[in-house]
Amino acid sequence: MTEVFQQLINGLALGAIYGLIALGYTMVYGVLRFINFAHGDVFMLGAFAGYYFAPLVNRFLPAQSYFGGALVLVLAMVVCALIGMLIEFLAYRPLRNRPKLTVLITAIGVSLFIEYTCQHAAVFGAAPRKFPDLIPATTWHIGGLVIASSQVIVLVTTLILLIALRFIVQKTKVGTAMRAVSFNEQAAVLMGVNINRIISFTFGLGSALAAAGGILYAMNYSSIEPLMGVQTGLKAFVAAVVGGIGNLPGAALGGLILGIVETFAGGIPGLSNYRDGIAFAILILILLFRPSGLLGKPQVEKV
Amino acid sequence: MNSGAKRWLLVAVAAAMAVSYFSAQFNRYYLGIAIDIGINIILAVSLNLINGHTGQFSLGHAGFMAVGGYTAAKFTLELQTISPPWAQPLLFLVALLLGGLLAAVAGLAVGVPTLRLRGDYLAIVTLGFGEIIRVFFQTTEAFGAATGLTGIPHWTTFAWAWSFAALTVFVVGCLVSSTYGRGFIAVHDDEVAAGAMGINPVRYKVTAFVIGAFFAGIAGGLYAHHKQFLSPGGFDFMKSIDIVVMVILGGMGRTAGVIVAAVLLTLLPEVLRGFADSRMIIYSLLIIVLMIARPQGLFTFGRKAAGKA
Repeated sequence: MTEVFQQLINGLALGAIYGLIALGYTMVYGVLRFINFAHGDVFMLGAFAGYYFAPLVNRFLPAQSYFGGALVLVLAMVVCALIGMLIEFLAYRPLRNRPKLTVLITAIGVSLFIEYTCQHAAVFGAAPRKFPDLIPATTWHIGGLVIASSQVIVLVTTLILLIALRFIVQKTKVGTAMRAVSFNEQAAVLMGVNINRIISFTFGLGSALAAAGGILYAMNYSSIEPLMGVQTGLKAFVAAVVGGIGNLPGAALGGLILGIVETFAGGIPGLSNYRDGIAFAILILILLFRPSGLLGKPQVEKV
Repeated sequence: MNSGAKRWLLVAVAAAMAVSYFSAQFNRYYLGIAIDIGINIILAVSLNLINGHTGQFSLGHAGFMAVGGYTAAKFTLELQTISPPWAQPLLFLVALLLGGLLAAVAGLAVGVPTLRLRGDYLAIVTLGFGEIIRVFFQTTEAFGAATGLTGIPHWTTFAWAWSFAALTVFVVGCLVSSTYGRGFIAVHDDEVAAGAMGINPVRYKVTAFVIGAFFAGIAGGLYAHHKQFLSPGGFDFMKSIDIVVMVILGGMGRTAGVIVAAVLLTLLPEVLRGFADSRMIIYSLLIIVLMIARPQGLFTFGRKAAGKA
């Protein structure tokens, strides 16, 4: 029984990270209706931003403090938000009214470009690196359970970010505009919404969440490399589809489900080898039986 | 047109065999690249049937190639010791066809449930299937698991690769220009309108998928007997992207352009060998710039504007 709870905690921590990345996919899909393949790479850049900011922050703040860790997190989020907006401006904006497939292929191109540039010896290099400890590493033993402080941080940070996101999307003016663009782009333009600004903001917001996910992931798994975003990004996308793409609570829910299922499957001897395939099997099942996802509304196609 | 095409097919096969007869004379490195080109033409032209002519976006072509490659390799590895030497070409042919057929079955299994989906959903599901196929080979002991299959006989000659390339071009070309094949283009242009005209889009999409997968499987078999080594890592997402880029560069639905692109993109890494580090950066930039500046492909002129998804 303790093992079940232990796996549940591990799964929740992994699922929270998937959820953070999935939110970016879902938001971009909401306003632009395409899959931003490069999102997983922004997640990777977030982890690397944390890697480079940690020593800088340690100069004037004690190493491994909660405050210092939070500062690194915020800095990485800001940098990645800017990178996300830059990607949108350079690669996707020129293609705004082109066929969806063209944009999709461009997104794959952007993703490859980031991956290979970062693998180049002059940038990060292909070898994995050890991520510095941002917070004091402690483990708590409750009953038979082992809970690492980083796991608690993952859950707490995710919760804070989700509440902040909900506030931005539901209560602020820019959030209202985002929902308007997602609901009906043309009508939003007629109401005086500046589409370019909103799309740019959406990319920034999604990329910041991905960066947070990247740092939280790096804190838990302690090793980072330029290709870490490929598999994780794909799985987070699966999470977004499972929850219903375009639906914010759905993305978080899908992330949690995926993280928990994957962790449990990893603990079952016969299945552990298939761990990487499970996310895609879930994706296919969901698309077959409930194409609009768990929380998504089915769309009627009009001609 | 049909008899003309048939004549060209025979000429191409004869030429491939003639060149192959003298192949001992050629530099082995260049010969290897020539065979690579032939295999890539098969892959690109068969994917073009799905992505170009029929307008579906598949990112799982490497998965079908893996099915064909592993099947053919396993078949020859099991049977080569008990079959007499004179039966070798026959054995190879059966192995290739078996690989193609199994890949086609995989294509059917993937196609039937997923082709209700469109555009980017289809892309991600085919990608998922490709990954599942790869994970399957990576974890199955009988297929060498993570180490892969080794010791596959070197049976792919210039004649085999280029004859099958010619056959692929022939079949896809004839299919698309036939009365039946107009349906693929109709589905590409407007699925709803095609449905209203009495064309069953799902049926056409599945047909395109199965035929495309069959030739990808053949290419996989040729690849296995050319490299003499198969590892699951060789059939990942990147391999699918490579093939997709050939189709895009050549122009979706343009067979001639796609062949030129397959040749160029096979040669490009060899030419850029000196810049191994930045090679892939250039490659990815090429995709982005191409999509922004010339989404209809490099070798597309006139007639048809860029297809819509």
